[in-house]
Amino acid sequence: MQARLVAKDIACRRGERLLFRALSLACDAGESCHITGANGIGKSSLIRILAGLLRPYAGKIDREGAMGLVDERLALDTNLPLGRALAFWQRIDGCREPGRALDLLQLGPLRDVPVRYLSTGQKKRAALARLLNRGCPIWLLDEPLNGLDSQAQKVFETLIEQHCANGGIAIVASHQHIALPSPSRVELAEFAA
Amino acid sequence: MIGTLLRRDLGLLLPGGRGGGSVLPLLFFLAVAMLYPFAVGPDAQLLARTGGGVIWVAALLAAILPLEKLVSSDLEAGVFDQLHLRGISEELAMAVRLLAHWLAFAPLLLLATLPAAGLLGLDGATTRTVLLGLLAGTPGLAAVGLAVAALTAALRGGAALAGLMVIPLAVPILIFGAGALSTTGDGGIALAAAISLGLCAVTPFVAGAAIRSAREG
Repeated sequence: MQARLVAKDIACRRGERLLFRALSLACDAGESCHITGANGIGKSSLIRILAGLLRPYAGKIDREGAMGLVDERLALDTNLPLGRALAFWQRIDGCREPGRALDLLQLGPLRDVPVRYLSTGQKKRAALARLLNRGCPIWLLDEPLNGLDSQAQKVFETLIEQHCANGGIAIVASHQHIALPSPSRVELAEFAA
Repeated sequence: MIGTLLRRDLGLLLPGGRGGGSVLPLLFFLAVAMLYPFAVGPDAQLLARTGGGVIWVAALLAAILPLEKLVSSDLEAGVFDQLHLRGISEELAMAVRLLAHWLAFAPLLLLATLPAAGLLGLDGATTRTVLLGLLAGTPGLAAVGLAVAALTAALRGGAALAGLMVIPLAVPILIFGAGALSTTGDGGIALAAAISLGLCAVTPFVAGAAIRSAREG
């Protein structure tokens, strides 16, 4: 089955404020999309709408394929060592080769360190490892570069490139520059209400 | 998958688990049973007559203590978001957590009831009634606690509010469970069990809806 994510005429309302409207985007297998815009314009809300965690105020979303989300919430047990915290999600996801993600993101040496002692960038890499272990075709990434050093950024950009080359979809909300395989961009300011 | 969820929840909630579950509710429960004779004096008859009720009140209050981190920390950490993306509904996650919450506090509480009954000088028959009543009532207490914890998870100062909200909701269980002490027969215990079952059936849906609405907020 080909992965696909199509959003049609999405509007988002938070509280009394209409953040954006009439936003459409379509990603087929192998495509990526960069969502840009100033702080508070609704990038994170859009990602959460695409993930199905927020209901759009208007519009419709069609998805084909499992989704993985990385946002500012780590969803790892902070008291546990990194290896065991990730192991919970590996078991849920039925991941067969958990070592691969740890190696790719250079987390191997941190396996026994409790999650609460990790730095911002290391936590981000841990979240990305959880995403890789999930092995899902649609990646929804909210500010994935926050806290990553330049080397880790490079590694991550390569990972996205490979993911898309394998027929995956990557939707990245970030105010930072990020090298994505396809040039598609959504500038949220154009859809502001 | 349910086994995986349950294992994580138990690790989070069990006393001495890596998640920092604590024996404090248990000690609190025993402390009440220990303080009560000091407060009312050494009248063995009075203690034996009222002791069962005291154990019930202590159990109810002890059930409030672990509510603080029952739901809110996972909500904040986005665990339920990640589960939702994996097609695991909030209702299922809450049903599993209800079981884990009960397992983490009720068996130990029942065990601690024995020394508490000794401290209060309860006879064998009364102790048996208290134990059976607690066995029937604690699932209901756990259910009320979980539902309230989920409803207040996204609020600031939610933990204190949760404690206050649990008390009135737990009154029916208390009435029938502790009421079985003053009547003959097991009718009260059966009613407490019925209320418990009803609450356990409803709670996953209440708590699941609460988590979804907290996400929209």
